[in-house]
Amino acid sequence: MLKIGIPIFPGSNCDRDIYHVLTNLYNVKTDLIWHKKDNIKNYNAIIIPGGFSFGDRLRAGIIAAHSPIIKEVKRLGNDGVPVLGICNGFQILVECELLPGSLIKNDHLSFSCKWIDLEVKNIDTPFTSAFKKNEIFKIPIANGEGRFILAEDQLKEVKKKNQIIFSYSNEDPNGSLESIAGVSNDSGNIVGMMPHPERTCQSELKSFGLTNTAMKIFDSLIAYIKK
Amino acid sequence: MPIKEFNVIVTIENKSFINDPEGETIYRDLILKNKYNSIKSVRTAKVLKLIVDATNPKEAKVRVKKMCEELRIFNPVVSNCQINIISDK
Repeated sequence: MLKIGIPIFPGSNCDRDIYHVLTNLYNVKTDLIWHKKDNIKNYNAIIIPGGFSFGDRLRAGIIAAHSPIIKEVKRLGNDGVPVLGICNGFQILVECELLPGSLIKNDHLSFSCKWIDLEVKNIDTPFTSAFKKNEIFKIPIANGEGRFILAEDQLKEVKKKNQIIFSYSNEDPNGSLESIAGVSNDSGNIVGMMPHPERTCQSELKSFGLTNTAMKIFDSLIAYIKK
Repeated sequence: MPIKEFNVIVTIENKSFINDPEGETIYRDLILKNKYNSIKSVRTAKVLKLIVDATNPKEAKVRVKKMCEELRIFNPVVSNCQINIISDK
């Protein structure tokens, strides 16, 4: 039976949204896993939710990156299990060095909460296979530390290995380098993204006149783990 | 050698290739607008003040450096970390 794990930290607040999407819309068994657990088994995928963790003290994601569950996420991720980090989940994946780069304070220094246009740059991941290459869709963001930064030599490397998965299309809401909104590890099974796909999965939740295209992230994942 | 307590300051600052909008705002909208023209630039940083047990300042610095690197107190992708011993208590 398929099973997806959602690690939760003190301050996570999008965990139940993802749980709702996976259990009620996709009928997948899903567990919420407290961050202190240091031994997890038989998960087909892991999704680290957004919100905050440990008050985002010092830097968003750094304290959570030292939690016992992260050793397990690293073990599964290195074994090829799909891992998605959304918003604070992305910050945690960067801080525990499963993903390259850093997410620093938005260039305008304010919290950004709005719908933006996102472009899919790489469809060869477990989370993007249902999209067309360069497909653009609307999705909400909500972050204060979402400005993605890499050093120049690392950017070259990331581009060479096709690790840029999403980029902001019309407007870059936080001053990210090359408008990068999501990256993967070099094998593509671990992806982090600042926008929130779990907030767009039902018609009641989307803005007037928009579609639920962001659901394709979960469509892709479910198709991948059912293979 | 007896163990003493040392005051240690850890300064975490973004690398120069990253612009610092907070420092730019302080400089442009506070300092220059109030005509403190001799001030030429501002960079913001985060400071941690530690009290560290060690037998000498060098050992205190080595201990703090090791801790900062192992726990990623600073993210080496974007930040530099400077460690200064202020005094023994």
